[in-house]
Amino acid sequence: MFGLDKKDASLLLIVAVLVAFAPFFLNPFPEGSAMAQFNAGYPDLMQRFVIFGIFAIGFNILFGLTGYLSFGHAAFLGVGSYAAVWMFKLLSMNVIPAIILAVIVAGIFALIIGYVSLRRSGIYFSILTLAFAQMSFALAYSVLTPITGGETGLQLALNDPRILSAATTGGNIPVPALFGFEMRSSTQWAVGDWLFTFNVGYYFAAIIMLCSFYLSIRIFRSPFGMMLRAIKSNQQRLNYTGLNSRPYTLAAFVISGMYAGLAGGLMASMDPLAGAERMFWTASGEVVLMTILGGVGTLIGPVLGAGLIKYMENIISKINSDILHTWFAFLPDGLEDVVVTLIYPFIGKGWHLTLGIVFMLVVIFLPGGLVEGGQRVSRLFGRKKKAHDPKNATTEPAE
Amino acid sequence: MGILEVKDVNKRFGGLQALGNVNLSVAENTCHAIIGPNGAGKSTLLNCLVGKLIPDTGSVMFDGQSVLGRTPFEINQMGISRVFQTPEIFGDLTVMENMLIPCFAKRDGSFALHGIRSVFSETGLREQAEQMLEEVNMLDKRHMHAASMSRGDKRRLEMAMCLVQKPKLLLLDEPTAGMARADTNNTIDLLKEIKEKRNITIAIIEHDMHVVFSLAERITVLAQGTPLVEDTPENIKGHPKVKEAYLGEAA
Ligand SMILES: Nc1ncnc2c1ncn2[C@@H]1O[C@H](COP(=O)(O)OP(=O)(O)OP(=O)(O)O)[C@@H](O)[C@H]1O
Ligand SMILES: [Mg+2]
Repeated sequence: MFGLDKKDASLLLIVAVLVAFAPFFLNPFPEGSAMAQFNAGYPDLMQRFVIFGIFAIGFNILFGLTGYLSFGHAAFLGVGSYAAVWMFKLLSMNVIPAIILAVIVAGIFALIIGYVSLRRSGIYFSILTLAFAQMSFALAYSVLTPITGGETGLQLALNDPRILSAATTGGNIPVPALFGFEMRSSTQWAVGDWLFTFNVGYYFAAIIMLCSFYLSIRIFRSPFGMMLRAIKSNQQRLNYTGLNSRPYTLAAFVISGMYAGLAGGLMASMDPLAGAERMFWTASGEVVLMTILGGVGTLIGPVLGAGLIKYMENIISKINSDILHTWFAFLPDGLEDVVVTLIYPFIGKGWHLTLGIVFMLVVIFLPGGLVEGGQRVSRLFGRKKKAHDPKNATTEPAE
Repeated sequence: MGILEVKDVNKRFGGLQALGNVNLSVAENTCHAIIGPNGAGKSTLLNCLVGKLIPDTGSVMFDGQSVLGRTPFEINQMGISRVFQTPEIFGDLTVMENMLIPCFAKRDGSFALHGIRSVFSETGLREQAEQMLEEVNMLDKRHMHAASMSRGDKRRLEMAMCLVQKPKLLLLDEPTAGMARADTNNTIDLLKEIKEKRNITIAIIEHDMHVVFSLAERITVLAQGTPLVEDTPENIKGHPKVKEAYLGEAA
């Protein structure tokens, strides 16, 4: 199907089904119940799942296949966001030109940074990308304020030219839309105590994510992808086999930069503003964590990692001490206080602490990330190997 | 004039003269062996031929063109393939993928962006790769991870990867070290067969004299970075200087 073998096609199909029905099973708990705060099926978070999924899928094409660890990928995300917002300001509120420009600008940016950084490998490459990203951040934050909006970020204004749109009636700043479908508009469906939200922006981003995922499968299975894995495995052998590794790594770098730009453009399409903090080094580190957490070099791993981190960021950070007290109310008073005091540092603003612990546990006990965890569980139940098995992923299909 | 002409090549590593005034001429479609005690500079000489090292002085001409100043991939594209002393293969890839990469390099040159087409739709290249694996008796191992194979198998794979490119000049650095006797004999037979069937020039470094005398038409003896003698195998066998070089090394 679509030029994929059976395993890859079924993986794509599973992901498509999960994404399509996400509003349902991300909201498993009825409204108003004690567990409702674990519901993740609201538009803002679901959009972030798929957008960071795209970011991580692209990052994995570079890091997972070639082993070159970029520590500056957030720069491309930020550049994509700025490009998209400028498109909204100058051209129209249609998201398509904004996203196309975001991808192109991020690609050009990646070409320049990659060309310089790829002169070195290993830790020096990582440091070079980090330096470039921090320089971009500094530029965006202060030097280029007329273009980037500096500290306040780049926002839309009523008097933006928007040469392709009809003059706006009324006093409202228009919102990004796809041929009349506003990204922020949602439909809600109440079933008993459950409330499901279907958001235009989410489904738009989800379709783009599925296309990106499909493209990444094709790249993984292509001769190009094989060369990238060969670079990771033994660059010396590749050179003595008559292949120039530099353009291969540069192409991978640019492609993954364009994925990041796509994610940035989508972010701006959901919420039309762009700020320098999107380029900060912690944002670059986050996508590294996502990829490692999910499984480096696996097809689905980065998406899972992105989902887990964004879920923790949004859900765990919302738990506060009152909520903890209600959970542990069944304990005797003294003990309740002790338990709440012990857990308190790990919730709310302390969610990074939880993330750190989860990350350490995964790296130590599941070096293959969540994908390896999934495999171990499925092996435990004696089921057949899953399609996203990284070992199977590198071998040939049966003839 | 040979296909490979090495003239007055010198290479120093700090205070060590690894190669001193090396002259070597390898005639087209012959097998030329380079022998000599450990540390004689044999691998260093090969490194100077494939662009891994640049000689301090001297010239290296292949097929009428200088290889000096060219990168390893350019030299390979000129028609030189090399088997290393310690096997260099793509350990994380399958045996079949290891074979396909040189096939792509041969067909598409040093860079080609085939980002969408599946590797497995390349039936022509796959057949080439499978045929070569058949010749080295490794077809049954084609789905294995290359890193998980024995040392001898890795060597055979590396040799197959070089041969499938149909190079004009094949450089072999101790291709049978670490192989079982039977595999060594298979390798000899394979190289003989390849030599008969194709136009190929082979330069081989080897400590196993059985291999050397089975294959070589000319032998150069290298000691302390300098060629002692160059002659036919018959004349080398009883040569006093050769005995001296090896015995001197043993003493
Ligand atoms: N990159 C290097 N830097 C410094 N010294 C080197 C380097 N490569 C080789 N040498 C030295 O040069 C000399 C020749 O080494 P070389 O590897 O060419 O010997 P060889 O004839 O291949 O020996 P063997 O039979 O053990 O493989 C040795 O003394 C070695 O230590
Ligand atoms: Mg050697």
